[in-house]
Amino acid sequence: MSASEGNKNTNTEPWGGFDDNLIQGTGSAVIDMENMDDTSGSSFEDMGEMHQRMKEEEEVAQEAEATEEDTGEDGEFLGMKGLKGQLGRQVADEVWRAGKRQASKAFNLYANIDILRPYFDVEPIQVRNRLIESLIPIRMINFPQKVAGELYGPMMLVFTLVAILLHGMKTSGTVIREGTLMGTAIGTCFGYWLGVSAFIYFLAYLCNAQITMLQMLSLLGYGLFSHCVVLFVTYSVHFHSLFYLLWLIIGGLSTLRMVAVLISRTVGHTPRLILCGSLAALHMLFLLYLHFAYHKIVEGILDTLEGPNFPPIQRVARDLPDIVAVMNATVKGLAAGAMHTQ
Amino acid sequence: MAEVDEANKPLFAGLSDVSISEDIPVEGDITVPMASSSADDEFSTLDEPVKDTILRDLKAVGNKFVHVMYPKKSSALLRDWDLWGPLLLCVTLALLLQGGSADSKEDGGPQFAEVFVIIWFGSVIITLNSKLLGGTISFFQSLCVLGYCILPLTVAMLVCRLVLLLVSAATASFVVRLVIVTASFGWSTFASTAFLADSQPPNRKALVVYPVFLFYFVIGWMILTFSPSS
Repeated sequence: MSASEGNKNTNTEPWGGFDDNLIQGTGSAVIDMENMDDTSGSSFEDMGEMHQRMKEEEEVAQEAEATEEDTGEDGEFLGMKGLKGQLGRQVADEVWRAGKRQASKAFNLYANIDILRPYFDVEPIQVRNRLIESLIPIRMINFPQKVAGELYGPMMLVFTLVAILLHGMKTSGTVIREGTLMGTAIGTCFGYWLGVSAFIYFLAYLCNAQITMLQMLSLLGYGLFSHCVVLFVTYSVHFHSLFYLLWLIIGGLSTLRMVAVLISRTVGHTPRLILCGSLAALHMLFLLYLHFAYHKIVEGILDTLEGPNFPPIQRVARDLPDIVAVMNATVKGLAAGAMHTQ
Repeated sequence: MAEVDEANKPLFAGLSDVSISEDIPVEGDITVPMASSSADDEFSTLDEPVKDTILRDLKAVGNKFVHVMYPKKSSALLRDWDLWGPLLLCVTLALLLQGGSADSKEDGGPQFAEVFVIIWFGSVIITLNSKLLGGTISFFQSLCVLGYCILPLTVAMLVCRLVLLLVSAATASFVVRLVIVTASFGWSTFASTAFLADSQPPNRKALVVYPVFLFYFVIGWMILTFSPSS
């Protein structure tokens, strides 16, 4: 890729024009490195890479034509008109063009959402099927199971989880001091999805498992479907025993599915144990955390409403009148003391 | 007949009819200096009084409000998009939603920022999503549509505040507010899909509608759970 670009030479100015090799050199290196270890057999990564390469080749060819035409004309002018300010204008022109080229290359590389386009190429029926499949553990672990590398489903599930968490936080009257409810919910959910995916991918790399980062993101993202279902049900119907039952059944099913996919892609007992053990632990513990972090308040309030026995754990919001009373008394005492010493 | 005549003529016969006047420099510049200055005069709005500009912008915003309240299949929202309307609606909604929790001293600030961030961040995400799914709508057009379709929810917020002031029974006021918010949430979603869904391939409309549904659901639910601290 970069070898062919390096041979273009558009230096026609006497002072040696800008070196196009520097500007046009390494546009597609990022894409190449990412897809070197592609073992999935799915065509999503290939499509993205090919698309990107074709686009950049087109752009480079167009720009090369444009610059060759322009510098050809300018060269003739220089010969005829000499130093009549043409040189200054040319320099300015060339600087502007080089800067524009560089900026548009940087923009195309970093702000180009077309890189993500193949990962969103899904039909509604596929999304629905994958959602249902995420709760069905597979039986065949002798050969690698295919994992779809798409990002639409996981992203929508993360946002749905954020919405459900918000509902839970508001119902439980959580008061967040430093920050906002929304920030906490988004941070928790996205942090889990991206962070745990990266961690398990790192472990998979250590254990020689055949899985790419995209597939890991996709797998974990669809595993969040179980979390959404369990939390949605238990934030509406407040029964502790129901939550434990759903936690075991639905959480367990989705964990089994993810674990089975990972087992089918790993060899050796110890690597399998490490990888699947950590994934199962993190998955189940996250659901437990989401439930208990924002659910205790409702239980506490319900218990006190029902009977005279107070729950052992009290949160700040309900203790506020006591604190205010204590503060008032302290302030009054201090004021009285100050008056006395004066 | 005409085709046979044209084929018999020599290839470049028509070129001799083109005449170039002497005062136009032929240096590869396509635009003619005279024409460009007159085009500038027509569209330049720099010299008009400020009142005219403001009134014209307000009229455009008001026109789009009408289009949102009666969502027919028109392209007025898409053709000349602007972000004044969404900004106005966003700020109004954020101000109305302020101070609605137990610790109003501490949550006054974050409430405003929260609503602001939810609306704009959510709109950006939905726009990116619809573009990635192959939509033909541009970035700012989509932001404009999503922002304007918050209007029914803002109206519902005003009505809910009135209901909270006037009706003292908790259950009755909750039921009334639930009905109002549900109706306006449905209206918002319907209005925005009327504008956005046309730009998608037909079998993927559900994929674009779901995030919009979620977005207005979160806003509607924030309005429903709003209770002013006394």
